[in-house]
Amino acid sequence: MAEHVVLRHREIPGLERLEVYLEHGGFEAWRRAVTKTTPQEVIEEVKASGLRGRGGAGFPTGVKWSFLTPNVFPRYVVANADESEPGTFKDREILERNPFQFLEGVAICAYAAQAEVAYVYLRGEFWDVAQEMDGHLASLRERGLLGKGLFGTDYNLAVHTHLGAGAYICGEETALLESLEGKLGQPRLRPPFPAAEGLYGKPTVINNVETLANLPPILARGAAWYRTMGTEKSPGTKVFSLSGKVVRPGNYELALGTTFRELIFSHGGGIPDGRKAKGILPAGASSVILPADERILDTPMDYEAVQAAGSALGSASVIVLDETTDLAWVAMKTSRFFKHESCGKCTPCREGTYWMLHLAERVERGEARLEDIDLLDTVARQIQGKCLCALGEFSTMPVVSAIASFRADFASRVADGR
Amino acid sequence: MLADKHRETIEAILAKYPPAQRRSAVMPLLHLAQQERGHVAPEDLEEIAALLGISPTQVGSLVGFYSLYYDRPGGKYRLQICTDLPCALRGAQAFAQALCDRLGIEIGGTTADGLISVEAVMCLAACDRAPVFQVQDPNGLHYHEDQTVDSALQFVEALRKGIGRG
Repeated sequence: MAEHVVLRHREIPGLERLEVYLEHGGFEAWRRAVTKTTPQEVIEEVKASGLRGRGGAGFPTGVKWSFLTPNVFPRYVVANADESEPGTFKDREILERNPFQFLEGVAICAYAAQAEVAYVYLRGEFWDVAQEMDGHLASLRERGLLGKGLFGTDYNLAVHTHLGAGAYICGEETALLESLEGKLGQPRLRPPFPAAEGLYGKPTVINNVETLANLPPILARGAAWYRTMGTEKSPGTKVFSLSGKVVRPGNYELALGTTFRELIFSHGGGIPDGRKAKGILPAGASSVILPADERILDTPMDYEAVQAAGSALGSASVIVLDETTDLAWVAMKTSRFFKHESCGKCTPCREGTYWMLHLAERVERGEARLEDIDLLDTVARQIQGKCLCALGEFSTMPVVSAIASFRADFASRVADGR
Repeated sequence: MLADKHRETIEAILAKYPPAQRRSAVMPLLHLAQQERGHVAPEDLEEIAALLGISPTQVGSLVGFYSLYYDRPGGKYRLQICTDLPCALRGAQAFAQALCDRLGIEIGGTTADGLISVEAVMCLAACDRAPVFQVQDPNGLHYHEDQTVDSALQFVEALRKGIGRG
């Protein structure tokens, strides 16, 4: 098992307190970045580490920063703490238990981006987290770790929290920016990308909580150290949120490239009551559902291998289904989620998720005809490739893959209804 | 009026955003209004709109869009149970139904004393601690994890006696 890079509080009690975090080298990477290195050197080190965005897309973080339009200021950094994917609960643990490592990451990112204001956009449900973070930010200002003229330089940084109010779509970065600007959380047409025109039309970097929390250790210990963990194309560790039909659900920080089998059986304790695993959603509700056969269980969980297996690693929210789970019910549950969360901007997503839910519920109630299974599949496929953001696409994945891999679960419901 | 009672809080909220971008303060101000009366009323829309230089319709559209804002009164404490896929795999649907049966209400309903509303909501990012609910009340939002019907009923009893908080 790789060491904890992000979930360091598991070894260090009290790490959520500033004194303890400082005793363990906290904010040294931040101080050194500002006083000893240029923003470009920070970007190069993060590029060299191979760190990829942990929010789901897996895009190389340093490369994302280098897209900022040169010489346009002010710039902004936004931390995406809108964790809302069903099955994902890793950012919340980081924010609650290791908040200063996250905030040091925000600060390092802001320096690299040459931004003097950063916002932490938290989902509205993280109310208590936001209250505590406001206190943490005040402590950092008192200690001169945030504020004006940092460490005797002319660099200034202010960090503010901003609470959302219950909208999954705001995890999508342009919808998040709209929301932060006080508008409906609906995605923007891209390009322009946020690196060119982001918050208030200015160059903006948006990174996930876990991504940011990786930055202090990378700067403190170097890109070469970071690359000793994980795989060549997916370096480092990842926090896997394991849920569903497992004995020990929870967050497990493991090297990228760990197999599903090791996560589910060694760490998660296997399936309750000795039952068999039936299916796996590797990326929360937004997953192509994989049948939990021997080949899939031995698949390494890195960005390339999970994609090659036909799904995506995404935010690494591994939901396990066992032999008692009915996949027609799963398709109904995910459709219900996406129908509720569709922002309504794109017609194929808004109408398509409605009809997917309608059909999935009909199957679930045992009132469907055999043709309705194909109709459900057709409705889902008609959404694909027609929406501004990924939500519409995501909504179809569990449905289409459930029908393709577990058709019997749907067919038996139809038979029931006759 | 919010501005009479919460002047300093409002100023602190506005100070987070660039002076030309006051509209960014609309969500925190809506949260403030809702804490005050449990929902967002038409006069709140008017006041917030005037503070920010936008129209009441623009403010109202946010109340409709975001799940945590309410445009009408409910129970003083809104128990919001996650029944999404990962929680449902761990019995959250049955938990929600059993709790409502014991409280004598439907999911989405409010107890006769007006104290408790129970709603089924989308993922709360606590999938490993299901069944889980959050309580939205005048003090904000708080999580209650690893629940049983009995523990939830005890919590409700404490609220009824005025000795618990959300």
